[in-house]
Amino acid sequence: MKKAILALADGTIFEGRALGFEGETSGEVVFNTAMTGYQEILTDPSYKGQMVVMTCSHLGNYGIAHEDFESRRIWAEGFIVREATRYPSNWRAFQSLHDYLVHYRVVGIEGIDTRFLTRHLREVGSQAGVISQLDLNSSRLVEKAQAVPAMAGRDLVSQVTCAVPYTWKEGTGDWPPPTPNGPGSTEAGRDRSFRVIVYDFGVKQNILRRLIDVGCDLTVVPASTSAETIRSMNPDGLVLSNGPGDPQGASYAIPHVQDLIGWRPILGICLGHQILGLSIGLSTYKLKFGHHGANHPVMDLRSQKVEITSQNHNFAVGSPDVPQIRKREAALFQTQWGPFRQTHVSLNDECLEGMEALEVPVLAVQYHPEASPGPHDSAYVFDQFVRMMEKHDA
Amino acid sequence: MPKREDLRRILLIGSGPIVIGQACEFDYSGTQACKALREEGYQVILLNSNPATIMTDPELANRTYIEPITLEVVELIIECERPDALLPTMGGQTALNITVELFQKGILQKYGVELIGAPYEAIHKAEDREAFKQAMQRIGLTTPESRCVRTRDKAMEVLELVGFPAIVRPSFTLGGSGGNIAYNREEFERCVDWALTTSPVGEVLIERSLIGWKEFELEVMRDLKDNVVIVCPIENLDAMGIHTGDSITVAPAMTLTDKEYQRMRDAAIRIIREIGVETGGSNIQFAVKPESGELMVIEMNPRVSRSSALASKATGFPIAKIAAKLAVGYTLDEITNDITQVTKASFEPTIDYVVVKIPRFTFEKFEGADPTLTTQMKSVGEAMALGRTFKEALQKAIRSLEIDRFGLGSLCGLDGKLPSDEGDPELLERVRNALRIPHPDRLWHVADGLRLGIPQEELYAMTHIDPWFLSQVQEIVEFEGQLVQKARHGGWPGKEDGDRAAAGFSGWPDLLWESKQMGFADERLAQLLHCTAGQVREWRANNLDGKGVTYARVDTCAAEFEAHTPYLYSTYGRNCEARPTDRKKVVILGGGPNRIGQGIEFDYCCVHAALALREIGIETIMVNCNPETVSTDYDISDRLYFEPLTEEDVLNIVERENPLGVVVQFGGQTPLKLALPLARAGVPILGTTPDAIDRAEDRKRFSDLIRTLGLKQPQNGTVRAGEEALGVAEEIGFPIMVRPSYVLGGRGMQVIYDQTSLHHYVKTRVLTSSQYPLLIDQYLSDAIEVDVDAIADGTEVVVAGVMEHVEEAGIHSGDSACSLPPYTLKNDVIDRIREQTIALAKELNVVGLMNVQFAVQHGDVYILEVNPRGSRTIPFVSKAIGVPLAKLAMKVMAGHTLTQLGFTCAPDIAHVAVKESVFPFTKFGNVDVLLGPEMRSTGEVMGIDRDFGWAFAKSQAAAGMILPRGGIALMSVKDGDKTATVDIARRLRKLGFRLHATRGTAAFLRQQGVEVETVNKVAEGRPHIVDHIKNREAHLVLNTVGTASSQADSAPIRREALQQGIPYFTTIQGVRAAVTGIEATAKVSLTVQPLQEYHPTQA
Repeated sequence: MKKAILALADGTIFEGRALGFEGETSGEVVFNTAMTGYQEILTDPSYKGQMVVMTCSHLGNYGIAHEDFESRRIWAEGFIVREATRYPSNWRAFQSLHDYLVHYRVVGIEGIDTRFLTRHLREVGSQAGVISQLDLNSSRLVEKAQAVPAMAGRDLVSQVTCAVPYTWKEGTGDWPPPTPNGPGSTEAGRDRSFRVIVYDFGVKQNILRRLIDVGCDLTVVPASTSAETIRSMNPDGLVLSNGPGDPQGASYAIPHVQDLIGWRPILGICLGHQILGLSIGLSTYKLKFGHHGANHPVMDLRSQKVEITSQNHNFAVGSPDVPQIRKREAALFQTQWGPFRQTHVSLNDECLEGMEALEVPVLAVQYHPEASPGPHDSAYVFDQFVRMMEKHDA
Repeated sequence: MPKREDLRRILLIGSGPIVIGQACEFDYSGTQACKALREEGYQVILLNSNPATIMTDPELANRTYIEPITLEVVELIIECERPDALLPTMGGQTALNITVELFQKGILQKYGVELIGAPYEAIHKAEDREAFKQAMQRIGLTTPESRCVRTRDKAMEVLELVGFPAIVRPSFTLGGSGGNIAYNREEFERCVDWALTTSPVGEVLIERSLIGWKEFELEVMRDLKDNVVIVCPIENLDAMGIHTGDSITVAPAMTLTDKEYQRMRDAAIRIIREIGVETGGSNIQFAVKPESGELMVIEMNPRVSRSSALASKATGFPIAKIAAKLAVGYTLDEITNDITQVTKASFEPTIDYVVVKIPRFTFEKFEGADPTLTTQMKSVGEAMALGRTFKEALQKAIRSLEIDRFGLGSLCGLDGKLPSDEGDPELLERVRNALRIPHPDRLWHVADGLRLGIPQEELYAMTHIDPWFLSQVQEIVEFEGQLVQKARHGGWPGKEDGDRAAAGFSGWPDLLWESKQMGFADERLAQLLHCTAGQVREWRANNLDGKGVTYARVDTCAAEFEAHTPYLYSTYGRNCEARPTDRKKVVILGGGPNRIGQGIEFDYCCVHAALALREIGIETIMVNCNPETVSTDYDISDRLYFEPLTEEDVLNIVERENPLGVVVQFGGQTPLKLALPLARAGVPILGTTPDAIDRAEDRKRFSDLIRTLGLKQPQNGTVRAGEEALGVAEEIGFPIMVRPSYVLGGRGMQVIYDQTSLHHYVKTRVLTSSQYPLLIDQYLSDAIEVDVDAIADGTEVVVAGVMEHVEEAGIHSGDSACSLPPYTLKNDVIDRIREQTIALAKELNVVGLMNVQFAVQHGDVYILEVNPRGSRTIPFVSKAIGVPLAKLAMKVMAGHTLTQLGFTCAPDIAHVAVKESVFPFTKFGNVDVLLGPEMRSTGEVMGIDRDFGWAFAKSQAAAGMILPRGGIALMSVKDGDKTATVDIARRLRKLGFRLHATRGTAAFLRQQGVEVETVNKVAEGRPHIVDHIKNREAHLVLNTVGTASSQADSAPIRREALQQGIPYFTTIQGVRAAVTGIEATAKVSLTVQPLQEYHPTQA
């Protein structure tokens, strides 16, 4: 069995077995606690610049399936697991995890104590790291890890966004979340479709599929698209997508977003939520080890109900200790577009997880309502967005 | 939402005796519910007939009724106690069924008792198969094609619809009782008939078979705000067609993509909403077609279950406790997660390890029982193990079962063989045949199949075990092969006589480390490397650079937050999270998986030991591997190690924790067997010394002990070769009692009346060798058996309880009914029994508990057995006399004296407590229900009242046999019992019974002037006795038999009485007690009283 080494910038070394492409890679090491959905995670552009350690023990069990991609390729810089399955078993599998990693030249490591690594990251915070199957000299690898550029302020969006606008037609097909009207049906009686432009900061395809499900006509545009261009396209609504890294690295989007607030309904998701936050004058900060998983409880402060959400973010909006949030009240704050309300809060660490404007049609969530991977509890967000467009149109 | 202030008193119903399909998991959930409700300031009124439960401890509820769970009793309790609400979801199917009855009869409405947790409509919708099917259709989910029928003709019509194989499921039974799979018409007719008789409502569901579909279970929680979370997805390694209780199950689910899993999760949430379970946990089962991912809903349990106990232990999320809090109005986001102490209960646990549960079977105890695994549950217990990988967890689970297997050892001598194409064709055929029919050894046959080179595709086709699991087994088998080859060619240096010079292979440290990471036991490695487990352990200790076992915490969150609860499992990782304290501490060894002969009673004792140590400020460390139990609740002890109870695993814990000592007295035979090995390894054993234990266990030393004290025991001998048996038997004189040495629960034990039978026994029943000698004892005919539990501190001895068995000596003590205090024994005999008990305890220098079994024949007292440990009867005695014996014993072992503890003599009680046993006979067709020396009961109940008659009648009702007040008594007794029958017959006549008897019995009774009608024996033409029973022309059946041939002839009588639910007795003593019971119930009407009133001082 070929050896591999994972070295962290703080000098911690893990010796394991080679997985995936034979090579060397580096990035920020973050852990994800989801028990299913490794294929979706690997292909989520938000992992650009990061190497993912999965906390669950067996990966690759059900192989790789055609319908489960979140983008056209793997974006994670490296993959760190306890044990990768040699023979996948699932009716939809067409490839093994290992072969898939090799195909996209992604370097991985298996056979290390991922629980120890996770606890370490929890205690010291996210760390830069290097996985190598070529160079097994640990002190050299530590030096390389220390040279990995920090995430803060880096523009990773430009590396994952699309080069030119494109349209998208495909919905969730056989895999939709249930709706109040029964499984598989989109909300009945909707008499028109809405033309929606998606700002691609690193969009997950399931956001697009869900928008199709609720009756949208989609155009996806590069992150650098100007407000004038958008206005000239005259859509019914705008989506600010998820994406990798620090929102301040994509500050070029802010003036355009500011220009568009109030003009048409806007839905922000994850990085889109953060960019919106910056646009209305809030700040963002880096979390110690981020939220990456599919079991995060979030309370909707309006209904006081809890959603189990899928999350993937290292940065968060606003001050982490807004007193009203602690009391689980929907806090109001003033912006130049009138008052905004904090709508969602994390029950794990009281992090801001969603907000809405009261006088302009703006809605944003920090978590992933499109799930994939993860629970479908928050699928209603897309319906809310559609209703916002309906209302705005009326 | 805050908790409800409009409720004050809440009634909780337990699940009654331990039976197949309903075991200690409901003591675990009930105990959690009691504690949770008390914590919130509610008054809890509890009903459970099972005295061996922690939940019936008087300090857990405000009012504890150990009474039969019958409509009459519950109504009386409601009338006396006037509860505001009933929480019906904690006591399994028993509690749910009685709740349905209470509602349908209008009793709940009459007294204004609100159902909390699940409303009646929800229970009905989930339990009624037709209503459930319609509900699923409404929300767009599919259930297997099926119809409910009430006749065989209708069933045949439905068969056209569903085709073969067809599943036959009786409605409203427990653990799939009476269910089966039919592959042809003949089988189908038989299954339908059987199912129609089994169903209490005479309804049967005929269902399309989904054999081979993958099976999953989701544990779902919902609160009043309609927040829903899934606690854990569980995957069955054994596909559809085998009851989930009999399947090997794995958490988390291993072979579902996120899309498939979310679809299932969505379905589960819709189901709990549609069914309308308002708060608490439900268990939902799904099937997935492996070729297309098609999803079907199988069933839903609107209550906590065996699986929810498993899910709680697997994740650290205490489902029952939280369900109880939700029932009184809290919402999930208001409840703190115990383990992280910072996050909330409104989340979904994520786990970074793998959990494997394997069921434990005891087919060997039921001659004639079919060991094929089907849709009806047949296992009696289970073991669970946690490991970082499936392979590790699987191998740990196997050795947790205590079936003398430490891994996937070959059943046909193929250990270490690498998968190859050329297998012995005959062997290959044998393994293939074994694989085609699912039975308890299938996992091992899969391993052998792989060793013989059977391709995975073929194995899958035969077993429907998902290829992912097959690959995992293959990896273990391949690793074993590699290990054996390396040992052969490279020389294994760990063996004392190993050729160290030849050790050309330098990779042993890595290979051994890898083997431990894969979960290999030292014992298994020793088998493969041909050395001893001790040698493997020693070599590892010296050659792995100090790398060894580590412990990880079960934290609900995959290490995302810090775990404050030391709930630990072993693995071979990089860093140990055990963080032992330097407090004074004691390790308590639990009892492992439930089996017949060792069950909840021992867990009760272990829990009490932990509570006692906590009271005196000593840290408690619990070791056990049974997920059903209260002892494996992380709330009970300061530290919980969820580990196999083997020498290796226990030594590892002791080395890490360095305790004052280890307690082996409470967990039954399992820890007792470890006493000597642990003592040899230098581990201090608390209480009675291992040497004293050995003096009582070793036959030779035991005889010496009895002689020294001048006491009597039945004559006996030991035989090391089959041929010697006849000689020894002649010397002792027939009848004799024979049994193999070192057995639990009377395994292989038999009474033998003549040479021919002995010859047959020696030839066919047991292997006799010098290592496993055969024990022969004089059989004391017509003797009364007496069980005594005592407690001693080294100087003082207190006899806590003297129990007189109802059935004669020779019937296993675990299967007999017994009465405390004795109901026929003379005081002088009781005094002699006490004196002898005290003498034995002093001679053995007992510190802690001791149990002695006596036989009284013609006024002579014989000692049958001495067990210097907590016995099966400890919880019964504790509840009967109102003294927590196990707690006292633990404190004595920790150095307190009985005087200090204020327990110097057992209290005199003014009431009578009767223990009765409960049997799994309805689960096994064709098994004779006659009682004998081999224990076969799974559980027990207690009847308590002012006199023996009522106490006995209650014990029978609690065990499911409500004594008739009149009607026809049917009798067929052996010659030796005829004289005794006369008095019984007269008393029954006086009570207004009509008597029917078979020819001989009738003639004898008539001679004595008793009016009786003659009925035909089976061989005498029709209608015969069995026809009468079938037609329910009998309300009480007495049938005793002597010789083997008459046993076989009369077996249908007993079987049919059982089937028809007619009270039956197979001993004169039993029926005599029953008549006393009927007399009592005729005189005085039913009364109920809580334990707190029987023992006012203790409460």
